[in-house]
Amino acid sequence: MSNAATFDTRTDSAIPVESPLAYSYRRSGAPAAGPESRVTLRERALLGQLVLRGGAIVLDEAVREVLGLGLPGEPQGLVQDERGERSIQWLSPDEWLVIVPGGEEFELETRLRERLGDAHYAISDVSGGQTLLELEGEAARELLMKTVIYDVHPSHFPVGRGVTTVFAKATAIVRRPSEERWELVVRRSFADYCYRWLLDAGEEYAIGVVR
Amino acid sequence: MFYIYCPYCGEHREEEEFHPKGQAHIERPKDPEACSDEAWGDYLFFRDNPRGVHHELWVHAVGCRKFFNVTRHTVTYEILETYKMGEQPSITADAQGQPREAVAASRQEGVRA
Repeated sequence: MSNAATFDTRTDSAIPVESPLAYSYRRSGAPAAGPESRVTLRERALLGQLVLRGGAIVLDEAVREVLGLGLPGEPQGLVQDERGERSIQWLSPDEWLVIVPGGEEFELETRLRERLGDAHYAISDVSGGQTLLELEGEAARELLMKTVIYDVHPSHFPVGRGVTTVFAKATAIVRRPSEERWELVVRRSFADYCYRWLLDAGEEYAIGVVR
Repeated sequence: MFYIYCPYCGEHREEEEFHPKGQAHIERPKDPEACSDEAWGDYLFFRDNPRGVHHELWVHAVGCRKFFNVTRHTVTYEILETYKMGEQPSITADAQGQPREAVAASRQEGVRA
């Protein structure tokens, strides 16, 4: 076990928590999804997110043992468990993003630190810094085509891929966990901007927000 | 607009994701205390401005956030190759003497400028 100081960033349940989009829902509203909606937006708020940095081999062994998932072998790779609740994404040659259900991240971090011991690595809890948005529906790709500079055509962006790229005038991580679903990981400080951008860009597809 | 091959991401990305960081392969004097003012000034302030093949440092600022080297032709704007930090370029200004086609044939990564 390393001597890094760690603490559980989750507050006690007595203190109400708000998603990064709470302000946006109040200020910009949330159009309901209807039968004419060709794309729906859903926030999966308050998930546990960790950034792992270090050597691929050491980290791969540790996460395989602790999480039961291996690191993606290829750049831009995204792997997830069968239920799609836990995922690991390649961010850079020595950096990976782990997303787990909310509340699991501190235990995961502690167990990884125990397993990694004195190895050369870093684990940062970024749960409070970013949020995950899901886009679903036939027009989701069209919406992304208007938004990101990366080529999101299925031949170039197959399932199991995730990239960090320019999103409107901000940046975001764009991931494709399944055929029909796209995920965006946006920074908390950009969340309102991204949300309003998606509502505006998705207006022509009658975008609906599922809450 | 450049279409730049990031050697760490292993694919071409839009120039918008990158940022240029100036001349590559600048070595800090091994013993700054012992080096002359002129050598230190050269290291600190003076950069090449060649007409032709130029080695540059770029960073994939939106993306993997890694620095890497780009060999670019300053007249044609053509990117002749990109390579990781610590590696040496396979295309240098010496190759300028060769016919244009030979340089084009030996390049590893291209660009649509």
